[in-house]
Amino acid sequence: MIIAELCSFIFVGAVIAGFIGSITGLGGGVVLVPFLALGLGIDMHYAIGASLVSVIATSSGAAVAYIREGYSNIRAGMFLEVATVFGATFGAFLTTRVTTGAIAIVFGVVLLFSLIPFRSSNMKKEGRIDPLATRLRFDASYPTAIGMREYHVRRVPLGFLIMAVAGSLSGLLGIGSGATKVLAMDRVMGFPFKVSTTTSNFMIGVTAAASAGIYLNRGYIDPGLAMPTMLGVLVGALLGTRVLIGAETRILRWVFSIAILALGVEMIFNGLTGKL
Amino acid sequence: MQLTQSYWTDERIELVISLLLRIGVVGASAIVLMGGVLYLFQYGLTIPNYQVFHGEPLSLCTVNGILTTALAFESSGIIQLGLLLLILTPIARVVFSVAAFGIQRDRPYVSVTLIVLIVLLYNLLQG
Repeated sequence: MIIAELCSFIFVGAVIAGFIGSITGLGGGVVLVPFLALGLGIDMHYAIGASLVSVIATSSGAAVAYIREGYSNIRAGMFLEVATVFGATFGAFLTTRVTTGAIAIVFGVVLLFSLIPFRSSNMKKEGRIDPLATRLRFDASYPTAIGMREYHVRRVPLGFLIMAVAGSLSGLLGIGSGATKVLAMDRVMGFPFKVSTTTSNFMIGVTAAASAGIYLNRGYIDPGLAMPTMLGVLVGALLGTRVLIGAETRILRWVFSIAILALGVEMIFNGLTGKL
Repeated sequence: MQLTQSYWTDERIELVISLLLRIGVVGASAIVLMGGVLYLFQYGLTIPNYQVFHGEPLSLCTVNGILTTALAFESSGIIQLGLLLLILTPIARVVFSVAAFGIQRDRPYVSVTLIVLIVLLYNLLQG
């Protein structure tokens, strides 16, 4: 295969990955890394580098749309970014130390975990309002159908800790780890769901930039791979947001869930047998 | 001063910042695309080797190296320059947030934001 062919393959795959990532809300990286590593036999380090770059692109590109809705909590986002940024630095450091097989196994496990639906929100109302959250000025209001509604935040230390884990996973695997960030804000800290997803989108870009710096310096970001990946994911994500408005996405989500299950199992298998 | 403080509300600041982010992404993508077209013309017919990790040469890893390579109109350098700009967009957002919290006289959050900024810059410039 020549470079022109490889680039076209990657571009098409990245469009699909960006599309799936946008539809499922998991982000492009979750599908991209398995596609590059399993599908095209590209070394995991290069795959992770190319994926992380496109994570920054989609996160920053989507920011305007999110902000206009007026949900994001800037102070909470910035405070929790301290955790994700240190986590990402640690994760990127780990990537340079552990074998690609180990990275593949962790990746597979994360893929399988991402399939667990967190539906019940019983935990949300539990726990008292954290005075630390009030001191940090996290408590705010957000727009609803019946006007602005106030919310209070719980379990700040635990949320901070989970954010550090989310950052580490992002740095280790080259993904946005948006699902973990939303989990920390929505389920653990009791932010409204919309506030969680919007703030998380903002945090993804900054978190990814922390490990991308390290990746760049360590030579993980290859221009020939990152170029078609980043451009493809951007196109795919754009298509995904268009489709989401009208089409029936329930069946699509089902199909993608099964695909992600298969990818997760295959990543773990290949990691264990030393093929990656 | 009172006027500036009430003008620069959180929402307004964020909207301006997110617009800048989009400009950053569009600009970065355009540079990557230009470099990409040139790259395909230069190397499109050669055989790639990505099965084994060997790392990028220093000229494509450090900020200095990338600038030099891009200025020499080397296609891979131009792509890296676009990617560097892409990495810089969220960092720019943090810089603006420092300024925004400064305008609002919110000292604790100026410090929090500065910590994030220092980690980001350290990671990018250590090479």
